[in-house]
Amino acid sequence: MMRLPFYLLSPEADMADLNRYDRQIKLSEVGLEGQQKIHQAKVLIIGLGGLGCPAAQYLAASGVGHLGLIDHDVVNITNLHRQILYAEKDVGQPKVIVAKSALEALNSEIKVTAYVEPLTVENAVALIAKYDIVLDGTDNFQTKYLINDACVLADKPFVGASIYKYQGQLSVFNFRGGPSYRCLYPHHHLTDNNNCEETGVLGVLPGILGTMQAAETLKMILDIGAVLHGKLKFIDVLTQSDQTILFERSEEQIKFIKDRPLQLERIICELKEKNKIYLDVREVFEQPRIEDKQVIHIPVSQLTERLDAIPTNEKVYVFCQSGRRSKKAVAYLTETHGFDNLLDAGSVESILK
Amino acid sequence: MMVVKVKYFGAIAEVTGVSEEVLELEAVDSSVQKLSAFCLQKYPQIGNLSFQIAVNQKIGINTELSDNDEVAFLPPFAGG
Repeated sequence: MMRLPFYLLSPEADMADLNRYDRQIKLSEVGLEGQQKIHQAKVLIIGLGGLGCPAAQYLAASGVGHLGLIDHDVVNITNLHRQILYAEKDVGQPKVIVAKSALEALNSEIKVTAYVEPLTVENAVALIAKYDIVLDGTDNFQTKYLINDACVLADKPFVGASIYKYQGQLSVFNFRGGPSYRCLYPHHHLTDNNNCEETGVLGVLPGILGTMQAAETLKMILDIGAVLHGKLKFIDVLTQSDQTILFERSEEQIKFIKDRPLQLERIICELKEKNKIYLDVREVFEQPRIEDKQVIHIPVSQLTERLDAIPTNEKVYVFCQSGRRSKKAVAYLTETHGFDNLLDAGSVESILK
Repeated sequence: MMVVKVKYFGAIAEVTGVSEEVLELEAVDSSVQKLSAFCLQKYPQIGNLSFQIAVNQKIGINTELSDNDEVAFLPPFAGG
């Protein structure tokens, strides 16, 4: 076993016992210099659930010098089938407090800071600015957009992952001028209804994804390999098939983030008027989608073929993205197809609460 | 006519009931918009979901389609 040469030691670094890292120092891409980089790295893990736990364990074990853990939640018995950092005795305790003590027991050479609080518009940028890399272990869209926007503002990369039943998504965002999460999914106004609590998840799936997030984090720290940025990886554990999708940075989205104060994404889109029937003439990929029985979706290009889907016995309010197509659609349906119950409601934003 | 292979992910595959299928389209004006409108007509519930569309493993809703292209409907996941 080699000892770290004196000249590689930073004054505050206590790397007396390098033996524990022997198997990764032996990798030619890591070496003593790489281990030093890992020791100097500061990683913030947001959300200590199914993704955050395995990521934290592997990063602590590999010697990441400073781990920040933020989560306001406590350990619940239903977490234990996938969050294997926690044990039965931890139920009811704050996750980050339990995690901090477990990680310090695993590796006493590293520093772990626990924040028992949620990530908010107020604390996000200042907290993220203290770390080199952010790892997203959250389970809701609102926090994912908050992390993304705060990382763009603080100019930090973040390793994103999320899961749905047996499938997972993975990508590194905002890495060296690469695309952000918003460049991939510009916004999301749906009711947040597909987290593990409501849909179920196979316990090993977040373990796989969280471990892959740790791998991407270490690659960035060490500056080795090809970081998964500008690429969205889909994994399906039922079929063991995966797919990698390329996407690009959108300057328009980056500008959108930078030009406004940091704020929470509006996730739940509720209609202002509960009793009206609406016709959405936008294309299917236009956001926000509105999940409501009151809304009929027929893109302009399909109107002629689907006339019989439009009610004739009550008033129907037509909307689109900006209000231009809805106006045309009302005129077309009224003049060409004899509808006398259609009204132009304008843009989608104007009909939402 | 032309054929495209369409793959559905996450909650979208639950709406369609299949994870992939081959669709025949008119070769004229074979845009992604046209395909998505076709899928919306076939599976109206897709209209309520959020997703991105990739053509041959690259995000692009303004892409023209060619014979044997592979199109993927990609919803964002939230779970962690």
